[in-house]
Amino acid sequence: MSRASQPPRLAVWKFASCDGCQLSLLDCEDQILTLATAIEIAYFPEARRASVHGHYDISLVEGSVTTQHDAERIQEIRGRSRFLITIGACATSGGIQALRNFADVKEYAALVYAHPEYISTLDVSTPISDHVKVDFELRGCPINKGQLIDVLSALLIGRRPITPAQSVCVECKLKGNICILVSQAVPCMGPVTHAGCGALCPSYLRGCYGCFGPKETPNASALSNRLEEIGMNNEAIRRLYSTFNVNATPFREEKERHGT
Amino acid sequence: MARKTIKVDYLARVEGEGGLKVTIEEGVVKSAQLNIFEPPRFFEAFMRGRHYTETPDIVARICGICPVAYQMSAVHALENLFGIRLTGQLRALRRLLYCGEWIESHVLHIYMLHAPDFLGYEGAIDMARDHSMLVRQGLEMKKIGNDILTLVGGREIHPINVKVGGFHRAPRKNEFAPLIEKLKWARETAIKTVEWAAELDFPDRQRDYIFVALKHEEEYPFNEGHITSNHGLNISAQDYDAYFSEQHVPYSTALQSRLRQCGSAYLVGPLARYNLNFDQLSPLTKELAHAAGIAGSCRNPYQSILVRALEVVYAFDEALSILINYEQPEYSFVDVKLKAGRGFAATEAPRGLLYHRYELDQAGLILDAQIVPPTSQNQASIEEDLKEFIGGFMDLPEEQLQHKCEQTVRNYDPCISCATHFLKLEIDRV
Repeated sequence: MSRASQPPRLAVWKFASCDGCQLSLLDCEDQILTLATAIEIAYFPEARRASVHGHYDISLVEGSVTTQHDAERIQEIRGRSRFLITIGACATSGGIQALRNFADVKEYAALVYAHPEYISTLDVSTPISDHVKVDFELRGCPINKGQLIDVLSALLIGRRPITPAQSVCVECKLKGNICILVSQAVPCMGPVTHAGCGALCPSYLRGCYGCFGPKETPNASALSNRLEEIGMNNEAIRRLYSTFNVNATPFREEKERHGT
Repeated sequence: MARKTIKVDYLARVEGEGGLKVTIEEGVVKSAQLNIFEPPRFFEAFMRGRHYTETPDIVARICGICPVAYQMSAVHALENLFGIRLTGQLRALRRLLYCGEWIESHVLHIYMLHAPDFLGYEGAIDMARDHSMLVRQGLEMKKIGNDILTLVGGREIHPINVKVGGFHRAPRKNEFAPLIEKLKWARETAIKTVEWAAELDFPDRQRDYIFVALKHEEEYPFNEGHITSNHGLNISAQDYDAYFSEQHVPYSTALQSRLRQCGSAYLVGPLARYNLNFDQLSPLTKELAHAAGIAGSCRNPYQSILVRALEVVYAFDEALSILINYEQPEYSFVDVKLKAGRGFAATEAPRGLLYHRYELDQAGLILDAQIVPPTSQNQASIEEDLKEFIGGFMDLPEEQLQHKCEQTVRNYDPCISCATHFLKLEIDRV
C-alpha cells in the first residue's frame, strides 16, 4: 500500500476523547519500535513534536465530533488520508459524551462552567462516520491493542483485519466461562455486545457493560426481557444502554424503548 | 518597543489538546497563557441521575492515561459517604493498582514525553535510533506497570475490576507469581533510571512553591491522608471546597484552581508529594535520592523527571512488598449499606491531587458531582513558571526558546483531557 518504496505514513488524530485509544498505540510496548520500522509515524502529537505535513496513507482517528471546528477538521483530514480508521467508542459511536444528545447542552454547560456563554460546542456528539467515509472501524472503550496491531498489519500486508462482529458470549464460551447471566442472574450485556475484549468482565465475575458497542444484528429487546425477569426495572435497563455507546443505533433504540 | 510572541499552536507530547502563548516585551515576559482547546465533555453534568455503582466505570473515561486515579477518588468518596473503610488485603490491592498506574504513567512521561527534551529529539521513536537500549528499558518497565494494572484491574486502560466496597474479583495468589520476578528486574532498571536522570543537564531554576499533597502518617500517599501544604495547611478532603476555589478566568480556558484565602497558585504532583512526604519513601528510594543530590527537597521543576524516577522506584518497591505479602482475601468486597448524603475524597493521581465529591439520594442516584483534576490545579503554577523562568533563556535562538517554553510546560506532565472543563479561546496575534 505504500508510495513507491517508501514506508506508509501514519497519522494519529484526536477529537473529543480521553486519549486512551491513542495511548493504546504507545502501550504496544513489544511492537511499537518494530512498527516504526515498517510505518513512518508522521503525525502523532501525543508522542512526537515534529510532524510531516501533506498526505497520509493511514489516519487513525480517535474521538467524536462535538464542535463546529472539529466538523470542518475531519473533512480536511479525510481529504488528506488514503485509509481512515476510527479507533474506539467515541469515534465509532459518539462516546459517553453523546449523552448530551438526549439532554439540553446549555443546561449541561451551566452546570459545569461559571461562564457558560464562553462555551462553543455543538448540541450533539457524533461519530466520525456521520461526517466522512470511514474505511474501517475499530471498536472498544478502549480499543484492544492486539486488534489495533492486527488492523495495521492487515493494511501493510493487504489482507482483511480479523475483528469478528460476533457477541461477547462467543468469547465467554471459547474461554470456558460459566454464564453469569444464566447461573447467577447477573445483568450482562454480553449477548448484544461486539466481541473484542476477550470476555473481560464476565471473567472478573461481573456483567459485560457493552463498551465495545452493539454486535452485528443484536436482539436487544430479547435481552431486555430477560433482564426484566431477573428484576431490573425500566430505569435500570435504560441506564445500562446509556453509556459509552449510547448513540449506536441498536443501543439508543433499546434505551428509548425504556423511557426517556 | 521590542515585543515578541512565542506561540505554540498545538503542544506536543502532552495528553490532550492545548497551546501556549508567551508575550515578551523588552526582554521581560509580560504574559504567559496555557490555552486549552480540548472540547468539553460535561462529565459532572451527565453524572447526575446515574446510580452510584456506575461511577467507577464512567469517571474512568475522563482520562485514558490515569483512569485508576478517577476510579480511586470516586470509590473512596462514595465509601466515605457509606462509612466504609477498607483494610487488609483489599486496601493493599487498591495500593497495588495505584502503583501500576504511577509506573505506567510516570515511565511514559520520563522516557517517551520528557527525556526527548533533555536529549534533543522530537520524540521517543526518534530517540530510539540512537538510544535503543534506553527506550527499550523504558518500554519494558512501562509494560510491567501495565501488567500490574491488567492483573488487578482486568486491563490497563479503563480497568473493569474496581467497585465501591472493593473489587469484583480478588486475584489468586498464584496469579501474581510470574509478576514478582518481573518486578525485581524492573526495580533494578528503575534504579538505573534514577542514576541516568540524575546526570541530565538541568536548567538551574527554582521557585518558592506552595506544595499541596496528601500526607499519611505511615506511608507515601496514594489513597488516604490529609490534604497538606508546606504553608501549614492540614485539612480533610471534606473541607477541600472551603480552602480551594476553581475560577473561570476570561482570558483562559480550563478552570484554574487557587487557594481561596490568599488567591495564590499552588503546585500538586510528584514535586509536591516528594517535598511533603520524603520521610515516608522506602529506604532504597531515600538512599537513591541522597546519591542524586536532591534528598528531602527539590524546588527545580525541570528536575521533576528525577523525582518521577524516584517515585517509580518507590512504586516498584511498594508493589513488590504488597505482592510478597499478598493472600487472597476471603471476600473481594464489603457490602454497602446505601445511604443518602455527601461523600468526599482526594487521592494522589500520578499528576497530583484529584478531588471528588458526590451527593446521593435515598435510591443511590447521584444528585451532584464535583471533580477537580490535578492539571486544573497546576495551570496557574505552569503559567507562573513560564513568566519567571523564560526571561532567563532570552539569549537562545527563537526555535530553542520555543522549545524551552514547551519543556517548561511538560515539566508538569499536564493531562489536558483531564482538565477539560474548558472553553475555546481566540488568540491575539501581536
